[in-house]
Amino acid sequence: MRAIIAGFKELTRYKSAMFGLFIIGLLVAISIYTVIAIPYSEAIRLWRGGEEIWREYPRNALPSWVNIFPGVNLPKTMILSTTEVEKQVQPLGGGTTNIRAVLTFDYSSNTFPKELALRFTATYQAKEPFVDVLWITPDGREFRLDTESISHEEWVLISQDTTLRRRLGNQPPEVGLFADPENPDRPLQGTYQLVLDGYVFEEGSDLDARLIIYGRVHGWAGTDDQRRDLMVALLWGTPIALAFGLFGALVTSVTSLIIAAVGVWYARWVDAAIQRITEVRMILPTLPILIMIGTFYSRSIWLMLGAIIVLSIFGSAIKTNRAMFLQMREAPYIEAARSYGASNLRIVFRYLIPKAIPLLIPSFVIMIPSLVFLEASLAFIGLGDPVLPTWGKVLQNASSGGALYKGYYYWVLEPAFLLMLTGVGFTAVGFALDRIFNPRLREI
Amino acid sequence: MFSLVVGMYLTVFIAGMGGYVDKIQEAQIREQVGLQVLGDPAFKQLPPSEQRRIIDERVELERQRLGLDTPFIRRSVGYLVRALGLDLGRAKIITSDSGSKEVRLILLERLPSTLVLFSTANLLLFFATLFLGLYLSRRYGSIADRLSVALAPLSAAPGWFYGIILILIFAAMLKVLPFGGMVDAPPPDTTLGYALSVGKHMILPVLAMFVSGFFISVYSRRTFFLIFSSEDHVELGRAKGVPNRALERRYILRPTLPTIITQFALMLIVMWMGAIILETVFNWPGLGSLYYSAIQQFEIAVILGETVIYAYLLALTLFLLDIVYAIVDPRVKVGAGAPT
Repeated sequence: MRAIIAGFKELTRYKSAMFGLFIIGLLVAISIYTVIAIPYSEAIRLWRGGEEIWREYPRNALPSWVNIFPGVNLPKTMILSTTEVEKQVQPLGGGTTNIRAVLTFDYSSNTFPKELALRFTATYQAKEPFVDVLWITPDGREFRLDTESISHEEWVLISQDTTLRRRLGNQPPEVGLFADPENPDRPLQGTYQLVLDGYVFEEGSDLDARLIIYGRVHGWAGTDDQRRDLMVALLWGTPIALAFGLFGALVTSVTSLIIAAVGVWYARWVDAAIQRITEVRMILPTLPILIMIGTFYSRSIWLMLGAIIVLSIFGSAIKTNRAMFLQMREAPYIEAARSYGASNLRIVFRYLIPKAIPLLIPSFVIMIPSLVFLEASLAFIGLGDPVLPTWGKVLQNASSGGALYKGYYYWVLEPAFLLMLTGVGFTAVGFALDRIFNPRLREI
Repeated sequence: MFSLVVGMYLTVFIAGMGGYVDKIQEAQIREQVGLQVLGDPAFKQLPPSEQRRIIDERVELERQRLGLDTPFIRRSVGYLVRALGLDLGRAKIITSDSGSKEVRLILLERLPSTLVLFSTANLLLFFATLFLGLYLSRRYGSIADRLSVALAPLSAAPGWFYGIILILIFAAMLKVLPFGGMVDAPPPDTTLGYALSVGKHMILPVLAMFVSGFFISVYSRRTFFLIFSSEDHVELGRAKGVPNRALERRYILRPTLPTIITQFALMLIVMWMGAIILETVFNWPGLGSLYYSAIQQFEIAVILGETVIYAYLLALTLFLLDIVYAIVDPRVKVGAGAPT
């Protein structure tokens, strides 16, 4: 035990190990923050909850920090609601009331917004209210948007209004309504107005509207093609990846160590059986078998982890461990233990295994990222956990959503960066530990 | 050989998983037959009960044709025997490019493209890392050497991961290389043009594999040579005044070759597995992407065939390893008792 602590202390001598430890610390901090700030149920709701949750987020928006680059000034999503302005209510007699509201906003970006939509909510008994929408640009031009009768809850997707599109000279509405007449490639900056003229036909009936000007940036991570905030998946991917890697590596290396030690000590048929199983295992193609399990049985991440552990216990690690124990078995201190009458189990667990642990630590640390990547691989070919948001799943969504073809690079790069960070962090520490604990590497 | 048979049986068993897949298949047959019968004008006039009888009859026929009426355990043994002989029966949906449903033909058609891709990448990797490792071990402590140590962790990511990044850079951003596939569409007429087109499509997948294996291999070669060059016999050779080059070739490279080849073969095995995703990412028409589509279509015969081919490839790699061992290591004699 003391050797292990001393070994870890020695890590500080290696710059790469310090860097790796820093990354691991960062990932652990992110994990803890995530689990506390966004509890599991909340994360699932944000990621799987259905359209209502992310309807007002822009589709395929870039992360908002891109705006710090010079010359980049992408619009953020603006949401204006009639509940925040004063509505002028004027009874017209005969039960009809005119409700008038003006939504005013400044548009200062030099790029057009992504989409435009209006969300109406109305309270009424039988007769649907009616609304008339007028768009006024900073230079005073007016565009009449569709006139509609409104049910209790209604989305008017201005961007998909084909009549309006035709009237604007076959431009998408979010471009045509903002375009500067002198320079049609740029939006006109200034104060826009949206005048809502509503008529309700019942006593106590009311009408509200939200104007959503979808931006091109959203949050720290952007959004995917379903408008979901990628931050949720990136954050929650961290604890999942770490738990998966750590747990898998721990169980695998400890179990294969014990099996190898038992095999070496008891020799004869125990050893032979273990050797045979390892040989069979060498022939079994790991990934195809995992894929088959994922396709035929269940895609649950924990079942996959179980299968991976079972498969990797009898991997090549058992051979290296066995070679190590074969040498150790002949050591004098084992002889001494035997002569004082120590039982077989005592020798295995008290003398063989503890001695081997320092040699095991580097491979344990290096195994963590390989498991993280294995999970990402499975998720990438569509065998990811059906519920949990993981990095591999984000990558898979991105690649099947055509992120590479359509130029949504952030969508690929963000999970890829985190995966790489995990990989490099753990491997750097693992290599440094290898140099510390492996006596042959020590001299150089 | 024993392990090959057992491994294969396990695969067959997991693939069949006690009949679950059969049920899916049966439902599919039923739906198909149902559509056929109900859509046929000749049966339209018959009463529903009569129609149902005809559907049942045909489903039964179809089941017998596909051999679904025998219990799974019995079929699994049959599968196993045939799988070992590579007599893999017929695919149900997937066809080869020449239109055949023979699993063997489908697999053999895909094998060359996988082999081309992987042998290129692996040979490049093997020689590049070997010589670079040797070079770096000579210059222990230099900037290049320290760089190789610092960059080694980059190999934590598998090939397909680098594949995506490379596609992003070279295909999507710079638009200089294709996104995937094996030849241009339509394929060039001349042989040279065809070869050039394949070569162009190969750059990114080969590079992806190369990058993912490169850093770690260079690092481990270098470390290995470093350890080895402080062995007594090397010191003795140096003291005797053997020139550096000969020292490297005869005193270092020669005795370490078996170990290097073992490491290399183990990496090759890992890469075989990675093929499934790498080829899918690059849309490379090899065994890997076939596996992926077979899985998506529940094509048991092809999945089995693939697994068998993979198992054979693994076994072959290990077998070749033994032979190469015997060639490069004079201490290994065929027929000598195995060390315990």
